[in-house]
Amino acid sequence: MLELSNLHASAGGAKILKGIDLVVRAGEVHAVMGPNGSGKSTLANVLAGRPGVEITQGSVLFEGKDLTALSPEERARAGIFLAFQYPVEIPGVANSYFLKASLNAIRKARGLAELDAMDFLALVREKAKRVEMDEKFLQRAVNEGFSGGEKKRNEILQMAILEPKLAVLDETDSGLDIDALRVVANGVNALRSPERALLVITHYQRLLDYIVPDFVHVLSGGRIVRSGGKELALELEQKGYGWLGAAAPR
Amino acid sequence: MSALEAARDHFVASARAFAAAADPRDPAWLRSLRAEAAASFAEQGLPTTRLEEWRYTNLTPLAKTRFELPGAEPAAVDREAVEAVCFPVFACSVFVFVDGRFRPELSSPRALSGNLRVESLAELRTRAPARLAGQLGRLADPKRHPFVALGTACLDDGACLFVPRATRVEQPIHVVQIASGAAPDRVCHPRLLLVAEPGSQVTVIQDFVSLAGARGFSNAVAEVSVGQGAAVDLVLLQRENAESFHVSNLEVRIARDARFAAHTLTLGGGFVRNDLNAVLEEEGASLRLDGLTVAGGSSLVDNHTVVDHALPHGESRQRYKCVLGGRARGVFRGRVVVRPDAQKTNASQSSANILLSEGAEIDAKPQLEIWADDVKCSHGATIGRLDENALFYLRSRGIGEAAARDLLVQGFAAELLASLPSPALAEGLTELLREQMRRAGAGEAA
Repeated sequence: MLELSNLHASAGGAKILKGIDLVVRAGEVHAVMGPNGSGKSTLANVLAGRPGVEITQGSVLFEGKDLTALSPEERARAGIFLAFQYPVEIPGVANSYFLKASLNAIRKARGLAELDAMDFLALVREKAKRVEMDEKFLQRAVNEGFSGGEKKRNEILQMAILEPKLAVLDETDSGLDIDALRVVANGVNALRSPERALLVITHYQRLLDYIVPDFVHVLSGGRIVRSGGKELALELEQKGYGWLGAAAPR
Repeated sequence: MSALEAARDHFVASARAFAAAADPRDPAWLRSLRAEAAASFAEQGLPTTRLEEWRYTNLTPLAKTRFELPGAEPAAVDREAVEAVCFPVFACSVFVFVDGRFRPELSSPRALSGNLRVESLAELRTRAPARLAGQLGRLADPKRHPFVALGTACLDDGACLFVPRATRVEQPIHVVQIASGAAPDRVCHPRLLLVAEPGSQVTVIQDFVSLAGARGFSNAVAEVSVGQGAAVDLVLLQRENAESFHVSNLEVRIARDARFAAHTLTLGGGFVRNDLNAVLEEEGASLRLDGLTVAGGSSLVDNHTVVDHALPHGESRQRYKCVLGGRARGVFRGRVVVRPDAQKTNASQSSANILLSEGAEIDAKPQLEIWADDVKCSHGATIGRLDENALFYLRSRGIGEAAARDLLVQGFAAELLASLPSPALAEGLTELLREQMRRAGAGEAA
């Protein structure tokens, strides 16, 4: 589904990613772990097409097509979803309005009829229940005044509604207490399917107790320095990231 | 002779001709009010940008157009044209003025509480001048502003509304001022006199529109008295075409425990200058001023406010928001004065501005003048572009770039629309706002 080859990327003039190779197939869950500054968020942003993150070398293929030629909205319509590390507050735009505009833009791109207000409401209510989100958050402005946990729940709600093919979770666990973490993980697990792939980016192993990955990659200095199964996460938990300094190839 | 001086002489000559031709039945006090105003205008002339109050607002384009007062023959405007421009979104009493003159045959008043109706100033000044005496010209001082002087010198017609004691008017009243577009380029001086007696409540929408054709210049003067415990909402909807000039002076006095809110929505017009002076005359008065401007092209929109807290326990809040695209220019200057007696005043003022293009420009200057020591006052101004993070967030959810920009601008305006006195009005305005956003190029990348 997703194929990164020798991916180099820079942001704000700094070279961040220095040759990433990664293949993610449908049905798989990959975890990318690494210390601060290793390039985790840049990797997430490069996939979603954030302006300012520039690919300097290498390629990104999504379902065999060059992703780099697509705008962020085209990527979303093609089935990529990024759960933001810091979800953005949008004053004056009701969450439900935003969700509906988003869903209908994606449905339209897929050749589906737009949902009317009634059908949308039924859908959003069902999904909100699944992420244990109070319906009052649908009427409020997008993320405005939401707590950290509520913002992350809102990300998962969006993901549940948009049903992407590839979901990238950028440190979705950061700032969450254990209850919120469980809810978020349940929401993510509910989306696991043979047609869908997940890329879970995290600093801590904790999230991976709830979202069990098929593969774990360790990112350091803009490169993947180790890959393995889920047991690699536990190893990192015990050893920390300190050993990477020596192990990272120059 | 400069263009400003030539225009002054032209306006003085028209005011003289107007006074000479005025109805001989007009009461003496009105004639002298006009004459004194004409003299004051001749003395003040059209202000130059050397005056601090007009520093960013050059009147030369206005001066270079030769505006004539409408003749005796009313412009031919049919009902369909009126209905097309009138705001069809909610049922309320509609009073139509064309080129400043009341047109009962185009109006559709509905039954209001206490048989209340908007009356024509032209009719009242001959039929029942006593009702105007002591009210008309009481608040709008010609010496204070050259355009108040000009408007008063040419005082002809306008909307008068006297809301009797304890009368609560549920339905909004819609006063539509239409510039006919009939040749030649014409100036009119629409007047609004609104007296809300103690304990009354009313919502008035003053709506300025223009039909295609010759250029129009609306020089509006409004006087609003809010009696003790009364509540008045005034919506000023400015949506004339890009060739139009609009100057508005609004004088407000708010009595004890009374509440007044002005919602100035500038969604059109090539040159717009609004002066709003509000005095919280007695204790416990409350004032809300909301202003929303969306402009593009080479439009200029200038909002000047003065909020004067005279006595204790007054509360005022100003929220001005401006979205500019193209080469549009915006000015906001707000002054809050808290007088020595006005202890326990709570005043806030904010000016938030979004520039959509490189060529757009805003000059924002909030000012506080505080003479009392036990007060709570705040002010602030922000100027920025659309939030790039928010834009990316929306796009990453499949929303196209133009739609995402639109959505952010709408979100920026939303709190002001939500504060409008009628939800139906807010809904109707959303469409007008979208149209104006398209004209301002809200969907285009800077």
